[in-house]
Amino acid sequence: MDNANITGIIEKYNNDRTRLIDMLIDIQVLEGYIPDETIPVIARHTDTSEAYVEQTVSFYHFFHRNPPGKYAIFLNNSVVAQMMGREKVARAFEEEAGCRFGEVSEDRLIGLFPTACIGMSDQEPAALINSRVFTRLTPFRAREIIRYIKAGKSLEELSTSGYGGGMNASKLIRSEVRNNVHRRGPILDENYKAGDILRKRIPHMSPEEVIWEIKLSQIRGRGGAGFPTGMKWEFCRSAKGEKKYIFCNADEGEPGTFKDRVILTELPELMFEGMVLAGYAIGAVEGILYIRFEYKYLHKYLEHVLAEMRKKNLLGKDIAGIQGFDFDIRIQYGAGAYVCGEESALLESAEGKRGEPRSRPPFPVEKGYLGMPTVVNNVETLCTAVKIMKFGSEWYRSLGTKESRGTKVLSISGDCRYPGIYEMEWGYSVNDILDMVGADDVQAVQVGGPSGNLIGPEEFDREIAYEDLATGGSFMIFNHSRDLIRDVVLNFMNFFVEESCGSCVPCRNVPYLLKQKLEKILGGHGVWKDIDDLEQWTKIMSINRCGLGQTAANPVITSLKHFRALYEEKVQRGKSFDEGFDLEKAVAESCKVVGRIPAV
Amino acid sequence: MKNTIELTINGEKTEAMQGEYIVDAARRQGIYIPTLCNLPGIKPAGSCRICTVFVNDRLMTSCTTPVGRGMEIVTESKELDDFRNSVVELLLVEGNHLCPSCEKGGNCELQAMGYRLKVMAPRFPYQFPDREIDANNPKLIKDHNRCILCKRCIRTIFDEEGHHIFAFRYRGHDLQIIIDPTYGKNMTDEQAQKAMDNCPVGALLYRGIGFSTPIGKRKYDKKPIGSEIENKRRKEVLS
Repeated sequence: MDNANITGIIEKYNNDRTRLIDMLIDIQVLEGYIPDETIPVIARHTDTSEAYVEQTVSFYHFFHRNPPGKYAIFLNNSVVAQMMGREKVARAFEEEAGCRFGEVSEDRLIGLFPTACIGMSDQEPAALINSRVFTRLTPFRAREIIRYIKAGKSLEELSTSGYGGGMNASKLIRSEVRNNVHRRGPILDENYKAGDILRKRIPHMSPEEVIWEIKLSQIRGRGGAGFPTGMKWEFCRSAKGEKKYIFCNADEGEPGTFKDRVILTELPELMFEGMVLAGYAIGAVEGILYIRFEYKYLHKYLEHVLAEMRKKNLLGKDIAGIQGFDFDIRIQYGAGAYVCGEESALLESAEGKRGEPRSRPPFPVEKGYLGMPTVVNNVETLCTAVKIMKFGSEWYRSLGTKESRGTKVLSISGDCRYPGIYEMEWGYSVNDILDMVGADDVQAVQVGGPSGNLIGPEEFDREIAYEDLATGGSFMIFNHSRDLIRDVVLNFMNFFVEESCGSCVPCRNVPYLLKQKLEKILGGHGVWKDIDDLEQWTKIMSINRCGLGQTAANPVITSLKHFRALYEEKVQRGKSFDEGFDLEKAVAESCKVVGRIPAV
Repeated sequence: MKNTIELTINGEKTEAMQGEYIVDAARRQGIYIPTLCNLPGIKPAGSCRICTVFVNDRLMTSCTTPVGRGMEIVTESKELDDFRNSVVELLLVEGNHLCPSCEKGGNCELQAMGYRLKVMAPRFPYQFPDREIDANNPKLIKDHNRCILCKRCIRTIFDEEGHHIFAFRYRGHDLQIIIDPTYGKNMTDEQAQKAMDNCPVGALLYRGIGFSTPIGKRKYDKKPIGSEIENKRRKEVLS
């Protein structure tokens, strides 16, 4: 470790401890991991303690405290990856690399690690290798990748499928990721011209008029919670603070969601224009794109887009000729934590801390980033705001349903012929969608990701809308070959166990206990009471602080509600408690050896 | 009065001071809402969730929610009782709490809460986690078996320049408390004693002295936790 390089990185961020995550990412790029010796150096230069630095480092799962191997392979273990053959791919990686998951090969060349959904559910199994994405993996490809690595090929040479379509093939991305856009609407419209709104419409409107138009459109937040966007902007505009901030939430961690990745790839100008628009409306001087580490492969490209926008005066000083409208955007990467998609955890993370959700009140619109009034909007919300300004709130209100105006970009994955991105008006039924994507023999659909709802065929006439089945975009399809409890519910509970920040007592413990119960039932040891326990214990989750904690038992709650029979057929009949083991079975082998008939 | 606002607690109209938290407003009325992570006067963490009450029919932690005009607060119900017991039971099974051999017995808020809420056998299976006792610090013994991750030490113990001496490490089920190797070593006796006093359980023990108050004369040996607050109300009702 070269101390001068480390201090150079820290100084690049003005020794500012709120930029701790940026420093750590840069150090990891330089060293391959975060060496122990760097912790006191960072602490000293940012005027904090080592414990404080350790608190942040140890929270995020992409920070390594030990060298992760020259090639660190993060193989997704999300439900869809499992369905598409992840286990066989994992075994192939292990056999060829000569080490197990969680380990690094003896020659320190290859490290294998599991990771939660990386936003590629329409092209699973997928992995990140040194931040580069590899999709549609098979055991053959896994072995080939390892052989190529051992033969000394470069990261780029490991890819054999050529580049994905659209901007994925551009010089600054060069990725095999595919967009798979199957249905476009006003948001994903390809005829978008960057800067139109900022140049032609905004100069004739006051910030209050912009907010009024957004309010009239009745658009609600696209991240999942559905809070009215116009109200959020209005609260922030009227809040007192020296500086205001607009955050774009591109953390997209809900398993099965990948629509923001496609927007970030194909329409980043639209998203950034939405941030500028929101900045104008609320009176912000800075916008921050908080983006998940899984999308690091888009970094250069996104920086380039921002640089181009600065050249065109769509960012910077007196934007679009509006005197005194100064606004710029910086990119803040996360480092691997689902909970940071929760807006207040996102702000904590952007301040260089562990991503622990804050207590509310105060809300971010009053006291957000660095204690200043802050709006946090989803990628899609900001894109939609631009379209509302272009075509008007009346046009927008004509789309969708009464409670859910406009369109929604859905990420559809699982057992169907055409997984990918579909922009739909709100209000289509689950049946409509299944018909559209080519899904037969459907046993269940998970709407809204693990924190959403698992429903069966008797409810497929329900509508995708805030007033019925709300979703931030995730829509996963399971056919009858899937064991819903083992393949889906248990996978989701493992996810929540991994991703809880651990602050609230119920969230830290209950998902873990539910997982134990599920394993007991799946192992054939369950009794009737275990089902009752599952049902009762999930109730405690309603007192958790944040949305993650309050919904983390939803896989169990909704599967019990709609698929109770699947649990009932797995528990032992006529027993009030599990005897732990079958005595006859346990002594069978020794009886056979000594030639005795067991006396039980 | 200018700085007071009207609200309702358990159906009774009452007044609270602008800016104070619900838990404190209730306490001044002689209504005890159980708390574990909360420490009066310190910015609340809202992490144990035991102080959850209904505010206008919504579940809110009373230690983090400031009073508001016209709020309808309910601090007692069957559902809330069950949540409270659940929190204590979860904490009991999560760690290894062996009260008879613990220095903090009788002064322990978790133990006292267990007695108050009549927790007999937890509904959850004991986890018997393998946790270590850390004796690296010259002034404190840190026993992870007993820690309930309330953050009181993180929130109250700093050096003179405001550096954090305590912090969290990891997340979720692996979450634990760490002591800064540098600032921790230089901790004063007063800071170490304060860390132990603020710890609601026996996770932080000041070294070199033990059982200076005999069992039987400790804080919760004869009176249940919260009774000092409720007695106030009882006296008022009697008079």
